[in-house]
Amino acid sequence: MTKETILLLSTVILLLPLLGFTIIIFNQKRLGKAAGYLGSAVLGIDLILSIIVAFSKLVTFAGEGMIQTKFDWINLGTKTISIGIGVDNLTAVMLIVVTLISFLVHLFSMEYMAEDKRFPRFYAYLGIFTFSMLGIVIANNFLNMYIFWELVGLSSYLLIGFWYEKDSAANASKKAFITNRIGDLGFFAGIMIVFFTYGSFMFDDVFAGVASGLLPFDSGTMLTAAGILLFCGAIGKSAQFPLHVWLPDAMEGPTPVSALIHAATMVAAGVYLTCRIFPMLTADALIFVAYIGAITAFMAATIAITQNDFKKVLAYSTVSQLGYMIMAIGVGAYTNGFFHLVTHAWFKACLFLGSGSVIHAMHHAAHHFHDHHTDPQDIRNMGGLRKTMPLTYITFLFVTIAISGVPFTSGFLSKDGILAGTLAFGSLSGHWLIPIAGFGAAGMTAFYMFRLLIESFHGKAKTNIASHTHENNKLITGPLVLLSVLTIWVFYSFNPIDATSGWFQKSIKTPATSVPAALQFDFLMPLNAEGHNAAAHTEVATHNATNSHTELAKHEAAANTHGAEAKSAHGSHALNKFEEEMHHMHYPAMIASLLIAGLGILLSFCFYQFKVFSPDNMANMIKPFYKISLNKWYFDEIYDKTVIGLTLGFAKLLSWFDGAVIDGIVNGVATVFRGIGWFVGKFDNIVIDGFVNLTAQTTGFFGAAFRKVQTGRIQAYLIFTIVGLMILFYFLV
Amino acid sequence: MFNIFGIGPLTLITFLPLIGLLIILAIPAGKDEKARELSTNLYRWLTVGFTFLQLVIAIVIYMNFNNALPGINDANTMQFVEKTPWIQLHGLPIFGDLKIDYYVGIDGISAPMILLTAIVCFVATFASWSIKKAVKGFFMMYLLLDIGMMGVFISLDFFLFYVFWELMLLPMYFLIGIWGGPRKEYAAIKFFIYTLFGSVFMLLVMIGLWFTSGTFNLLDLANPANIRPDQIFSGFGTTWRLWAFVGLFVGFAIKVPTVPFHTWLPDAHVEAPTPISVILAGVLLKMGTYGMLRIAWPIFPEAVKYFQEWIALIGMVSIVYGALCALGQHKVGKRDLKKLIAYSSVSHMGYVMLGIASMTSAGVTGAIFQMFNHGTITAMLFMIVGVIYDRAHTRSMDDFGGLANKMPVYTGMMAISFFAAIGLPGMSGFVSEALVFLGAFATYPLYTVISGLGIVLGAAYMLWALQRVFFGKLPEKWSGPWDPSGKLYKHDDINGIELTALIPLAVVVIFLGIFPTYITNMMTESVNQLIHFVTVNGQFTGL
Repeated sequence: MTKETILLLSTVILLLPLLGFTIIIFNQKRLGKAAGYLGSAVLGIDLILSIIVAFSKLVTFAGEGMIQTKFDWINLGTKTISIGIGVDNLTAVMLIVVTLISFLVHLFSMEYMAEDKRFPRFYAYLGIFTFSMLGIVIANNFLNMYIFWELVGLSSYLLIGFWYEKDSAANASKKAFITNRIGDLGFFAGIMIVFFTYGSFMFDDVFAGVASGLLPFDSGTMLTAAGILLFCGAIGKSAQFPLHVWLPDAMEGPTPVSALIHAATMVAAGVYLTCRIFPMLTADALIFVAYIGAITAFMAATIAITQNDFKKVLAYSTVSQLGYMIMAIGVGAYTNGFFHLVTHAWFKACLFLGSGSVIHAMHHAAHHFHDHHTDPQDIRNMGGLRKTMPLTYITFLFVTIAISGVPFTSGFLSKDGILAGTLAFGSLSGHWLIPIAGFGAAGMTAFYMFRLLIESFHGKAKTNIASHTHENNKLITGPLVLLSVLTIWVFYSFNPIDATSGWFQKSIKTPATSVPAALQFDFLMPLNAEGHNAAAHTEVATHNATNSHTELAKHEAAANTHGAEAKSAHGSHALNKFEEEMHHMHYPAMIASLLIAGLGILLSFCFYQFKVFSPDNMANMIKPFYKISLNKWYFDEIYDKTVIGLTLGFAKLLSWFDGAVIDGIVNGVATVFRGIGWFVGKFDNIVIDGFVNLTAQTTGFFGAAFRKVQTGRIQAYLIFTIVGLMILFYFLV
Repeated sequence: MFNIFGIGPLTLITFLPLIGLLIILAIPAGKDEKARELSTNLYRWLTVGFTFLQLVIAIVIYMNFNNALPGINDANTMQFVEKTPWIQLHGLPIFGDLKIDYYVGIDGISAPMILLTAIVCFVATFASWSIKKAVKGFFMMYLLLDIGMMGVFISLDFFLFYVFWELMLLPMYFLIGIWGGPRKEYAAIKFFIYTLFGSVFMLLVMIGLWFTSGTFNLLDLANPANIRPDQIFSGFGTTWRLWAFVGLFVGFAIKVPTVPFHTWLPDAHVEAPTPISVILAGVLLKMGTYGMLRIAWPIFPEAVKYFQEWIALIGMVSIVYGALCALGQHKVGKRDLKKLIAYSSVSHMGYVMLGIASMTSAGVTGAIFQMFNHGTITAMLFMIVGVIYDRAHTRSMDDFGGLANKMPVYTGMMAISFFAAIGLPGMSGFVSEALVFLGAFATYPLYTVISGLGIVLGAAYMLWALQRVFFGKLPEKWSGPWDPSGKLYKHDDINGIELTALIPLAVVVIFLGIFPTYITNMMTESVNQLIHFVTVNGQFTGL
């Protein structure tokens, strides 16, 4: 298979779901239930093509970087804006993740959504989501990524609010979109800085520009800022602290949607973005990323412990696991971060589809009893489902073990790598809080996941409904089985305790950092043969030597050439210090994580299975902590009172200001002129016109007076003439 | 080459509605019910016909437009030029020889506006179906307005420009004042006087420029070589010239409108009937920013440079202020949906201001493209509001909810237009806003990033409105059909005439979102020429 074929197939993979969307959305009535078959068939083809593309990329072109193409989108005369697509190893793996889960969700929904009156529309939305998500995956530049980033935001909005008659669903969808927009504002600001500085959106151009020593506004701080701003996109989309609040609410959407979008794929887009921008993240930016991830992982885990809604527990678990991945990338354990994205995608999709299976069964049982009061999602209404839904139980157990990090599972492999990474980072940089948060979250994860499992599946049925549930049909259990099988270690590495020898970690390598040595951790800079740091690759170095923008660039160019010579002389790949340290930390991390996960599981059994301790007593003992956890650390309440309240208050104030002050001035000016007009009018009326009228009246008066004189009698005129003459003479003489 | 009997396409497209107007004038309204219905339909379809012809000519112009010719200050690269002496007076006292030409032509910044005007005028006719009162007068005024708007965009002579500018005021005054809502008189007078107030400055500057350069020809006025010594606007960078720029700017800014000259807009929009709101937002507002680019920028380049940062600031304030006021509509008053959209226009026109202040090719291209896109998108938004107002006779968002199930197709159209207004990728608004941001960031990074708040706030007020009107439960009072007699509305959902108005716009919005070059390529040469011209001429001063 040639590179052109790969790109062509990728384009087909991208466009097929869009085609499906277009057909379904315009033929909803005509298609009816057939929309489900059509959507699934499209995704089936997409999955097969993805496997072909991924296989040829990972096997035939394994050593190549990104196979890509670009074309001009807008030509401004002075600048050209190009977009394009590209496939590298990261993309290849993501293609399979997205299309497989999407395909399984399509199948699952045929049964789960069967009774919904907007069934075809659901499939149309799934189609546009898949299209948007694939667009992010095969983007080779920031602009494409942003475009599809917003489009997944749209599809997420549509799907969360799918049951828009419910106010809670409509609110949740709005909240998700707006919260994401806040993150996207940062993302776009980052893109503006990048485009302004490097004149291109292409990842390659930007990283080459960074490596050449060209910095935004000539400042290292601004490079850090650019990295953090780009990362803001991930904070929004991957529900990281402090923008994580939308994800738990997003569970208002249908459960298959939660599995596809809000657990496995879309929310992982932020992690994917962080992977993409990794080469341009400076040391400060990485620390920021690592802390955001660590805080999120820890905070969300503490909340998950006390939630009673089946999906809410899983939602907070997702937030926590996403924090894990972000933290991994932040500490430099790039490969393991992405590895966890993939393994998490399988088991979290399975967990959510499992919850869907449970809710579906509960719902049907409730319907059977005409019971509309019992919440079919509340684990306090479940229990004993192990017997009524054995297949769901088995698969759920499998993946619960995986997410808790028990050996021989994929979760163990990826989580262990991340924890080793955090330990290495702690020891090299002194930021020990990060591994502490990581281990803490790992223990809590094991605890709350087994709590969920035991409370809902084990013991006796707590309600009549739970005891009358039935296992679902194959459309629902089939995807569960397949996904749970994928949590077995062999799919990633033959060695069950170390993934570094597996195909996955061999295909996905941490990319070399492009950041100038002065701004990067020394332990992330590649080592040369003598064990000294040397920056970036040779092509960049020659690029520098010819252009030599700054002193720094020259200096580095010299160092690079030196490093490259040394490398080629010895003919071996240089590791950086971090990878060495991570290697040392592998076994300590493994032992510690095993102990902690074991402790979490043990405690969970003690509390909920064997009832050695009472959870209620425990909650009473640590009441303040319990309340904080139960109320999700009061994030929503705080945001309502601060950011939202202030913005709305300000908006209200401005609306008043606009009407009263600005328009008041306009109307005031009008009033003043009308006043002047009135005055002038009166003046005109009384004074000027008055004068005119006075003249007229005077004339009239005299006229009237003299009219009497005009008698028409000659005698009278004669008398007047004589009298007049007499008066005249009197005065003259 | 496209002349018909010696009349060029620009004259044709501008004065074609005049024929329609005269025909309508000649057709009597009829006395009895039946004759009146017949004449009403005749007026409607005549207007549809003439605006459609206009659209056809606009498309022909578009097809034959040469993207490689820059225009702006170069008379030789202006396209479809027609130039005839119009008013010639010799030996006047003070003025001397007064020569005014009928001089029209287009380049890359006016061509998209011609196309926009033709599109909006055509679709807005379909929104006029709900006009029931004095239909004859309405369509005559409508066509007169059309002439005025087209004329503004084709004029290359300042005097001619001014005449068309004022010509358009008159029908607008009557269209709002007669066919408007409850406070129509107030809104109409406010609009009229406010615009006239701005025109006074324009007139003064125009006369001053006459004394300075002895011409009304915009291209000659922009050429510094034509400036005579010792006249009022002679010396570059002098106080008089800066004041002249401010005067022109205020005249145009009122039309845009930018904060703080915007308060006529919510009143005019809310009171105007649907088709007039559509035209007001779709075309009229663009005249302000167009006038800046066509007149103020090339003639006073040094003043542009001097005030550049202030203009960007005004753009930023308009974006954020307009968005906050739109959001505030959810909190105050009757939650008038139309008022919310009116304020969103203030915000969206702010992007244009920010873009033209940036003086970068991305920024100015984005700004002109945003003028086009705002025209189509806001036209959709006002039509959407009109549809619901015609049925329910209320625009208060509190009165609605749950319409999504009652009117699914309508909801789909509304979702498209709302998301276009939010700037969702895949729709044209995104491309223009992104270009404005990318361009403005190079000049004013801080203002640009603050302006980004408009994106978040835009999503907030739009989605909130969407939710209030369409989601949740349907109020009891709308559970029956809109019109129980079944005469006006056969179905609950949007009807064919309304869809005819909306679908072309939706197609344009989505198509340009994916293939923006079909419009941006027209502008590229002109925009770069304009930037070059203004930058170079703005240099040689002591500023």
